[in-house]
Amino acid sequence: MTSLIMIIVTTALVNNVVLSQFLGICSFLGVSAQKKASLSLGLAVTAVLTVASLVAALLYQFVLAPLGLDYLKTIVFILVIAALVQMVEMFLKKNAHAIYQSLGIYLPLITTNCAVLGVALTNVQNEYTILQSVIAGLGTALGYTLAIVLLAEIREHIDEEAIPAPFRGAPIVLLCATLMAMAFMGFSGLS
Amino acid sequence: MKAYWERIHNGIVKENPAFILMLGMCPTLAVTTSAINGLGMGLSSLVVLAISNVVISLLRKMIPDEVRLPAFIVIVASFVTVVELLMEAYMESLYAALGIYIPLIVVNCIILGRAEAYASKNPPLLSLFDGLGMGLGFTIALVIIGSIRELLGAGSIFGIALPGNYEPIAFFVRAPGAFLVLAIVVAIMNAIGIKSRANKVVEGCDGCCASCASSGCDKKEANV
Repeated sequence: MTSLIMIIVTTALVNNVVLSQFLGICSFLGVSAQKKASLSLGLAVTAVLTVASLVAALLYQFVLAPLGLDYLKTIVFILVIAALVQMVEMFLKKNAHAIYQSLGIYLPLITTNCAVLGVALTNVQNEYTILQSVIAGLGTALGYTLAIVLLAEIREHIDEEAIPAPFRGAPIVLLCATLMAMAFMGFSGLS
Repeated sequence: MKAYWERIHNGIVKENPAFILMLGMCPTLAVTTSAINGLGMGLSSLVVLAISNVVISLLRKMIPDEVRLPAFIVIVASFVTVVELLMEAYMESLYAALGIYIPLIVVNCIILGRAEAYASKNPPLLSLFDGLGMGLGFTIALVIIGSIRELLGAGSIFGIALPGNYEPIAFFVRAPGAFLVLAIVVAIMNAIGIKSRANKVVEGCDGCCASCASSGCDKKEANV
């Protein structure tokens, strides 16, 4: 049990997926202009990442590893993730239309969010069991949501400030990320 | 001939993927702790980009429009696996340094973006040069960022130590240093008048991999 809590703390805070592993940077910078949208994306990523970790772990443990097809994992995982996102989208569209509409375009974007593939591959690398993989996926997704919502909160305030012209746009967002990454470095004492 | 050089120039200067289009940010930030790592990552992406561009261009009339994205992903993923296995066999130290970011070339926005925006609409030879140009532009960007970080953070460049007593600032090879260096490089480029498209990208196209592979972003690539 403690090892599972440790995995959550490590993946969510110490090795934060965005601020220390640099995965999912594109959407982190792109979809963080508004808090509402970033929260929606965070929740969608949480759902997909957790399920994707489970499916990837199952596939690896019971299909790829026994058959010695280890080297196919990149191809298999990316296809599984693409199919999964597609299925989550269809499921939500039918059964939870309100959530589906609030997520809008963010759902299909998740396929190429490198965090999803990154976690599936890291889980294999760390030789996690299936339960540990799911927990690692959940922890990573929580870390992602935390980072993107915090950045969105900061950016909503930045909009009202007078920023020197060369720093407008991407540079100021990257500077915010710098400061956040410094803050998250403080968590490394936890591990 | 001119068209081919135009592609190379376009990739390195006009539409530099890392600095101007702000694509492929994950490897740009993650593996640039030293110039040599940046070079290794850049060249691996270049190889995948060039070959997958050619193959996608050759198959462009055969792949049905509805399933083109999964088809592109499978093609790209196959070549990434090939590059990964070759690296594991022949360049072990680089393989260890780049780690998980090698398989993650699959989800690099640049590769799917070029497949969708260029290779699926143009003949193989032009697509090859488009891939080479984009790959070179990406490599140059990674080497620049890697050199700055290595210089400040480890006091060396391409592994060669600086003369004199320089106290390295380890901050620059840690995670926040990556964000800081990229922020300043882009700000300098803005200041001297090379407009990064990121300002627009952030609002319109999310700067994101998927959105650039999807139709929503075709406007952005309209001038190609």
